[in-house]
Amino acid sequence: MMLIPCPFCGNRSESEFAYGGPVKPDRPDSHVTDDEGWVAFLTTVPNPVGPVHEHWWHVKGCGAWLTIWRDTRTHDIVEGPPDAG
Amino acid sequence: MQNYSIFALVRHALNGHTTWAPAWRSPPLKESYDVVVIGAGGHGLATAYYLVKEFGVANVAVLERGWLGGGNVARNTVTVRSNYMRDASIPFYVKSVALYEGLADELNFNMMHSKRTMIDVVQTFPKMRELRRRQLTMDIYGSTYVQISTEEVRRRIPALTGGGPDARLPVIGGMVHTDAGVNRHDAVAWGYARGADARGVELHQQMPVINLLRGSDGAIKGVETPRGVVRAPKVAVAVSGHTTTLTETVGLRLPLRTMNLTAFVSEPVKPLVDVVVNCPDSGFYFSQSDKGEMVIGGAPDMGQSFRRDIKQHVFEDTVTAMLSLFPSFRKLKLLRQWGGHLDIAPDASPIMDETDVPGLFVTAGWWGGYKAIPAGGLTFAHLIAKGALHPLMEPFSLKRFKHLDYVMESGTTTAR
Ligand SMILES: Cc1cc2nc3c(=O)[nH]c(=O)nc-3n(C[C@H](O)[C@H](O)[C@H](O)COP(=O)(O)OP(=O)(O)OC[C@H]3O[C@@H](n4cnc5c(N)ncnc54)[C@H](O)[C@@H]3O)c2cc1C
Ligand SMILES: [Zn+2]
Repeated sequence: MMLIPCPFCGNRSESEFAYGGPVKPDRPDSHVTDDEGWVAFLTTVPNPVGPVHEHWWHVKGCGAWLTIWRDTRTHDIVEGPPDAG
Repeated sequence: MQNYSIFALVRHALNGHTTWAPAWRSPPLKESYDVVVIGAGGHGLATAYYLVKEFGVANVAVLERGWLGGGNVARNTVTVRSNYMRDASIPFYVKSVALYEGLADELNFNMMHSKRTMIDVVQTFPKMRELRRRQLTMDIYGSTYVQISTEEVRRRIPALTGGGPDARLPVIGGMVHTDAGVNRHDAVAWGYARGADARGVELHQQMPVINLLRGSDGAIKGVETPRGVVRAPKVAVAVSGHTTTLTETVGLRLPLRTMNLTAFVSEPVKPLVDVVVNCPDSGFYFSQSDKGEMVIGGAPDMGQSFRRDIKQHVFEDTVTAMLSLFPSFRKLKLLRQWGGHLDIAPDASPIMDETDVPGLFVTAGWWGGYKAIPAGGLTFAHLIAKGALHPLMEPFSLKRFKHLDYVMESGTTTAR
């Protein structure tokens, strides 16, 4: 069972949360970005054997949205890389 | 290839079963092949088999990191069906189901194919409407879906005693898919392996590919393994769940995410359910194996995952949903659980193509891809041998992302 740190409620069981998908870069302006960048934004996210950055929603708790880094091999919540947001 | 038959069984029995030949050879690794297939799962083995048998490609090797048939082909719940949603998808699955029905003869290996029908137990009107829309499209391609009443659902699945009128989600009817069945996963892997070996394909187990290798012209030139470099002008990736890990070694990003799908089985009991039961509104499905075990599957873990076990709350959610419809299953002891790595594209449809790296082919995104093994192998072999997509697979190329031409099948599999 994963304990997800909610900024308001502290560590809560994963069963109280809904998964909100991977964190993506900002949506590019489709008139400015090239086709390749636009398609990559819409379709492709990192698929690491290691830490992923993702959104979770404390839907059965306080309702807050939060992001975590989670290791896909263990499901441990980990520190993100220093250069990432 | 030694033939398997009742006569062979008697002959070898008289010799105390000491005279059976191994089902495939274990030859030494060569420095180069015409085609290297990565992954000895269902798709990799079927691809190797059809490459030789249908397209006459000689000099093929399959490289497998673990043991042959130990990946998802051994970890799935063996439901073979063709009740998909899109005009692009249904003919492919109809073809695959048909190939499965002839596979025991094709491979001289008992597939124990049991075309036993799948019944969807429907508990919401939106789901019923969605299945009726599928029925209309499936009808065009000869795949069967028939709506039945709640009474008929209960008559055909006597153990379904929950979901009454007072339940939170009462059963409102069902859909019957008579093409569906189950068969024996080991036989699929071993049958294709034996057939491929007999036609000269080399099967190399304990042979992980660490890196793909590109030549100075940008094209693929081979693979790197712990036992050195193996050169090949064509490399075919069939590694279910691990596709991006490999393609990223040559800088190729693909629209795939890896998830962990899980299943569990009960102790064996007397015959109780003779169809595959799918409960899409409650989020679980099961069938009873020939041994009598209930083979039960639910939803995948939330988020990407390279784990291979069930999460406690996924397990609890699945069991809770199952007991609400099948309360007598409360008495069943559950014996084993496991998971498997599957990669999935944004539209939940497979990806089959030659990539931007010339000579590098991928078959991936097979979420419910056990049913797809025969037609997936046949069409992938076609692509590798001829350099052009098989007509059944044209909608599933990587080009569909360039044009945002999704083949949206989200929701027709166990994906959330
Ligand atoms: C719990 C569960 C239930 C499922 N139920 C169904 C179902 O009912 N019906 C259905 O149609 N589908 C089902 N599936 C999906 C199905 O199992 C897969 O889509 C299908 O098996 C994938 O293709 P494969 O057989 O080639 O994969 P695999 O058998 O996983 O083959 C891939 C092989 O590649 C190898 N490999 C990986 N990386 C490397 C490397 N670097 N070098 C060398 N080898 C490598 C792996 O070891 C593995 O043997 C289920 C899956 C799971 C996990
Ligand atoms: Zn909270």
